[in-house]
Amino acid sequence: MTNLVEIRNLRVEATTDSGRRIEIIGGVDLDIAKGEIVALIGESGSGKTTIALTLMGYARPGCKITGGSVMVDGSDMAALSEGQRQRIRGTEVAYVPQSAAAAFNPSAKIMDQVIEVTRIHGLMPPAKARLRAIELFRALSLPDPDNIGDRYPHQVSGGQLQRLAAAMALIGDPKLMIFDEPTTALDVTTQIEVLKAFKSVMRAGGIAGVYVSHDLAVVAQIADRIVVLKDGAVQETGTTQDILSTPKHAYTQELLSAFEPKHFEFSGRNEASAAPLLRIENVSSGYGQIQADGLPLVCAVRSVGFDLQKGRNLGIIGESGCGKSTLARTIAGMLPASAGKVLFAGEQMPPAATNRSREQLRQMQIVFQSADTALNPAKPIEDIIGRPLTFYHGMSGKARSKRVDEILDMVRLPKSLRYRHPAELSGGQKQRVNFARALAADPKLIICDEITSALDTVVAAAIIELLKELQRELDLSYIFISHDLSVVKAICDEIVVMYRGEKVEQLTREGIKAPVHPYSKLLFSSVPELDPAWLDNLVLEPDLIRQYGGL
Amino acid sequence: MTQIAASKPVRRFDYTFSLVGMIALAVILFWAIVAIFAPHLVPYSPGKIVDTDYFGPISSKLWLGSDYLGRDMLSRIIMGARYTLGVALAGVLIASTSGVVLGMAAAVLGGWVDTILSRFMDAMLSIPSKLFGLVVVAAVGSSLPALILTLAFIYAPGSFRFARSLAVNVNTMDFIAVARIRGESTLYLVGAEILPNIIRPVLADFGIRFVFIVLLLSGLSFLGLGVQPPLADWGALVHENIQSLSYASAAVIAPSVAIASLTISVNLLIDNLPRAIRDRSA
Repeated sequence: MTNLVEIRNLRVEATTDSGRRIEIIGGVDLDIAKGEIVALIGESGSGKTTIALTLMGYARPGCKITGGSVMVDGSDMAALSEGQRQRIRGTEVAYVPQSAAAAFNPSAKIMDQVIEVTRIHGLMPPAKARLRAIELFRALSLPDPDNIGDRYPHQVSGGQLQRLAAAMALIGDPKLMIFDEPTTALDVTTQIEVLKAFKSVMRAGGIAGVYVSHDLAVVAQIADRIVVLKDGAVQETGTTQDILSTPKHAYTQELLSAFEPKHFEFSGRNEASAAPLLRIENVSSGYGQIQADGLPLVCAVRSVGFDLQKGRNLGIIGESGCGKSTLARTIAGMLPASAGKVLFAGEQMPPAATNRSREQLRQMQIVFQSADTALNPAKPIEDIIGRPLTFYHGMSGKARSKRVDEILDMVRLPKSLRYRHPAELSGGQKQRVNFARALAADPKLIICDEITSALDTVVAAAIIELLKELQRELDLSYIFISHDLSVVKAICDEIVVMYRGEKVEQLTREGIKAPVHPYSKLLFSSVPELDPAWLDNLVLEPDLIRQYGGL
Repeated sequence: MTQIAASKPVRRFDYTFSLVGMIALAVILFWAIVAIFAPHLVPYSPGKIVDTDYFGPISSKLWLGSDYLGRDMLSRIIMGARYTLGVALAGVLIASTSGVVLGMAAAVLGGWVDTILSRFMDAMLSIPSKLFGLVVVAAVGSSLPALILTLAFIYAPGSFRFARSLAVNVNTMDFIAVARIRGESTLYLVGAEILPNIIRPVLADFGIRFVFIVLLLSGLSFLGLGVQPPLADWGALVHENIQSLSYASAAVIAPSVAIASLTISVNLLIDNLPRAIRDRSA
């Protein structure tokens, strides 16, 4: 046997809520050679994690492996007894979960958790295991490798915890590692460090890996081969280089084209209008008791100011915790500003939404990241979209019904969806409804708070296209908040970079290529590109990482 | 995307009960019908002495025997159903409605409104229910309206706590934030955004609370604090005929069985509600 892993005709069934059994993986074949890293890529629900988990002979609750074989180093994980599987898990095959924060026990020291595998399987004495763990910490370039094991999980950063989770998996000396979206929850600057560390230990140990991800650019950095999945079936398999340069399957092409920035006509739109649509002057806001200086205890946004011209778009970019969402909430009045002014069309807005007039509220709408929580699950779509029509425009009966149809049409949804409830819609459809509700108010400005972050690449690209089209038709302005530079670049005329509650730089479209502030430089250069050699060639100034890398 | 006919789909009534649920529902409906049509169903006037003996045995004339004065037990239980079901239903309606409305309002308004309401309800919860009933009866005497209000007052705080904890979870959802910055009133938030999302567990809680009230009412009546003679609910019937326990008469067993059958059935019905109603999320 030449391959470490040979999956043949794998079938997995799941039981739906209504008790029906459906096949979620239908006859998948997959080979992994020794020391090879294979990426499983596809949108949510494509079965990538399900396939990866069968390598440990595991199926999530409600799922069952119903056919085929999963040969890992000569033993069929699908046919083994649970006891036999347990002996293999952690020693032959190891798993690195998406959220390391949820995988660590918060009440035990990191070292004890990392070497737990050696204790359970009786691999080596604890003293030796500790030395081995410290070696791994060093190999994963964790800071202070000799002592980091004595800390508790909450005392290290997210990126460090993710590498510690990899150390936990590596301690049993596995032949195969399963990475389940290990960098998805991390900021881009952190992601780079983690990816680099993973790549070097995998290469040094000659360990085979399965890397599950939805992000093609990340996968391009680490995988030897890419398997593209859709609807529980393999669409295309090829080396990373082949998939990226000559994709054959239509879905792969779609996935790649979602990365290509579409040409967008930015010129000639209301360049010379005198008063800005929105002017933010030295706004500060935050949470907790107001202190003696008039600012809240935790100041999430400090003296931020910018102008937004009518018909133009402003991007606000930064990592988690930089205050970008707080700024959006402050502009919308959900969190009243403690200091500074918000001027809309030259008129100063009261800080709190409760003190703003209905007309002021109507002109500025906000769309939230998660359509799952932003749409009332108990209401049909027509009520969700119809409410702003009734509330702001006093529409009812036939007029309202007609307008709901028109709005559904605007966001490219079929009219028949109006009778459905949010749970009966796909993620992309829900986000369109979420956006349609804001459109129903007939606003001048829409604040989009990470509206594409929870969506698959292809679906997100379609939403961005929709936003651009609507802007042309309806003379809208957007404030687009995101941690994803490529999304912001695709739609915004200007970009505000935020770091720790402060605006560090404001860039025009031309300026994006040459940011001045060191943090912007680090942030922009950390966004993975579709070039497999990108990570290896990437040189970041160590000073920058030390100062802003969040480690 | 396939074009589906753009007409309002007819939502099928796909609520199927399990066997236990069906039986429970049948028992509850039986008692409801008995309570509604009681005056037409009684074989004798419930106040009339029809037996020369007291604690008379079950016979073809007196199906459940006679009570301590020789009155027909069956007639008294049929009429008792009116008081037990009626008082308990009125009590639970007031308790649940006020509790749920205040609970949702506390969750949405937050701040000092929430603090005051919550602490007040907590204080009420700390009063033992039977003791409270005793104090009220001692103070204002026992009348049906006083009884209903007392029962409602005792059970409203639990309903408040229940509804508040559900509403607090819904209140943190983004769709509430969207409605708030749209400028919606508290009334709209409570009635149109929150209530539809918590109505199912609230209805289940309504059933359980009804059972508690039936039991408390029976307990109060047994202590002589509830429905007063010559009227009698089931609890009072147990109380009146307690001496007959040693005679193995139906006079004490029959009302006890009636209380048990109703309360157990309501519990079983709630446990066996169709999935569509029981599940919290839509």
